[in-house]
Amino acid sequence: MRDILAQPRPVLLGRLRWVLVVIIVIIAPFVMKELEHLTNFGLITQVNRALIFVALAQGLNIVVGLAGLLDLGYAAFFAIGAYTFGLLTWPTHDIEMSFFLAIWVCALVAALFGIIIGAPTLRLRGDYLAIVTLAFGEIIPSLVRNLGDFTFTYHGKEYIKDYNLTNGSQGLTPLGRPDFSFFERLFGLDHGALNVGVKPTFWYFAIVITSMIVLFAATRLNNSRLGRAWKAIREDETAADFMGVDPIRTKLAAFAIGASFSGLAGAVYASMLGAIFPELFRFQVSIFLLIIVVLSGRGSIWGVLIGGLIIATFDGVFLAQILPDIFNGKILPEYDVQSLRWVFFGSGLIIIMIFRPQGLFPPKSTERKAAPPPPAESTQGVQS
Amino acid sequence: MTTLLEARGVSKAFGRLIAVDTLDYTIDNNSINSIIGPNGAGKTTFFNVVTGYYKPTTGKVLFNQHNISGSRPNQLTRIGIARTFQTIRLFNNLTSLENILIGMHHRLKASVFGDIFKPPPVRREEARAHEEAFQLLEYVGLKGYEEHTAKFLPYGHQRRLEIARALATQPKLLLLDEPTAGMNPNETQDMILFIRKLRDERDLSILLIEHDMKVVMTISDKVTVLDYGKKIAEGRPSEVQKDERVIEAYLGRRALEMLKK
Ligand SMILES: Nc1ncnc2c1ncn2[C@@H]1O[C@H](COP(=O)(O)OP(=O)(O)OP(=O)(O)O)[C@@H](O)[C@H]1O
Ligand SMILES: [Mg+2]
Repeated sequence: MRDILAQPRPVLLGRLRWVLVVIIVIIAPFVMKELEHLTNFGLITQVNRALIFVALAQGLNIVVGLAGLLDLGYAAFFAIGAYTFGLLTWPTHDIEMSFFLAIWVCALVAALFGIIIGAPTLRLRGDYLAIVTLAFGEIIPSLVRNLGDFTFTYHGKEYIKDYNLTNGSQGLTPLGRPDFSFFERLFGLDHGALNVGVKPTFWYFAIVITSMIVLFAATRLNNSRLGRAWKAIREDETAADFMGVDPIRTKLAAFAIGASFSGLAGAVYASMLGAIFPELFRFQVSIFLLIIVVLSGRGSIWGVLIGGLIIATFDGVFLAQILPDIFNGKILPEYDVQSLRWVFFGSGLIIIMIFRPQGLFPPKSTERKAAPPPPAESTQGVQS
Repeated sequence: MTTLLEARGVSKAFGRLIAVDTLDYTIDNNSINSIIGPNGAGKTTFFNVVTGYYKPTTGKVLFNQHNISGSRPNQLTRIGIARTFQTIRLFNNLTSLENILIGMHHRLKASVFGDIFKPPPVRREEARAHEEAFQLLEYVGLKGYEEHTAKFLPYGHQRRLEIARALATQPKLLLLDEPTAGMNPNETQDMILFIRKLRDERDLSILLIEHDMKVVMTISDKVTVLDYGKKIAEGRPSEVQKDERVIEAYLGRRALEMLKK
């Protein structure tokens, strides 16, 4: 049996490359720490944020890149993940679920919301879907803002009075952090010795693992029965329907799985920050993620990984720190250089759309395969 | 011979235009059936009714004695109805192999979790599917093109890939909408032989829309002529060929009168 999953590539070189990647990933936070001391710019926290955005972008890439559905409100699922984590671990609510359980619950809840939102809207095509998701992206943060104090009355009777679910625009803080005190006891360490939940380096590794989980799921799905169905829907929904692919179910699956990535990333993000506010999940976040996916190359998982890392780090380090440092000190003391952020991304998007519409790192299939002369008999038309 | 498909009084109207008009039609198992007729006669619309894209305005369609009017296309694919399109509709940015594998979608069982964790049964299923896809591509003469992106294939190859994709669904009834359109006489001849071979080797019936009379008259077990949505003639090729109404519909009344002289 022919194993087409095995790619013909130099094995040794391939292995060596992976060893190199692993080494870089492991030493990166320590190098960054040194750089931080040297330059006074925040690096690790920005790379952590970038990695969170990579995980988010992977989820959006499933929806937009693989299934071809334009979702303009994807940050809503990010918010749902983060706020579910908030509700489950905010001490005031007295649940205080363990981090390791809560993050999976958050992924599940986000997936459920994906289905709830998707079921009525995925019958719509193209522009309509974009508008509905845009509205959804606006509704969730404003719902969160307003659930800080809510009263439920039905037929004149008050069932819930002044209940504080989300703490409104003040946000939720403190939030649950991963608790390793079990291991402290197990290894007879001092209490608090493994209280790493405040250390950026710990979060770096935690987020690398989270991104790897997401990346693993995304790459596996990309080459699977469901992944092919997503691409079929993207290419031609009607033809896919005629080939036995149920469009509604397939699109729902994309929404749910995309949302679950976002829910997981949102939960980890919330725990890392230790505080969440509705403002963190504005429309701009959806747009920023969309920019990452489009610039990197729709449908390309590795592209979104690399592109997301570059774009989000560029945003957090260069645009947010280095540029203001250069300009505000000497050249333009009063000017808020940060406001140029969207000008940068806007022009970047335009340039890419003109010169490389498939994105910086597109999936393989967009390249023309140099026609290898096929076996002689098949050039003479259909065999008979 | 048993009946595979039966349309009873099927009509499809677009507003005031009646594209298919109270059509009765049957397809026997293991047969090649052609529908011919002038442009706009309602042939493709009838295909769209049979494959579930349109719900008939009146009448019903039975497939293996089950009423299928109102079912969605993907549901009908699952029970054995597959098609190709008048203008090619491949999954353009996917490879030939992927196009075929999508045709097999409904026959594969992997769940989301199976897709992610790939336990041995899923791996085996995928390996079998790939194997079958390779064989199918070879069967239609596309060996060596597995990793080629569909949109970059030459036109004739795209037509064959579309048929292979339809075959991948394992149809009992295969509908081909003008499969020889845009082909030269050699390619057309190959296609005729290929369609015959399909009927003989794969337990299926074929419903064919075709403009090329040579094709129709050579391979059909039954020919049906549509004009303005109505059936105006039906029978074996030799019978239909002589039918006056057919000649009139195709060539006009003047031609008919000239022929009579
Ligand atoms: N979706 C639609 N809405 C409105 N009218 C339609 C639609 N589809 C087809 N028609 C009309 O129905 C009639 C039959 O069209 P159909 O495509 O079935 O013809 P056809 O026999 O396949 O012709 P051709 O040989 O040109 O492919 C035509 O007059 C066409 O304009
Ligand atoms: Mg037609």
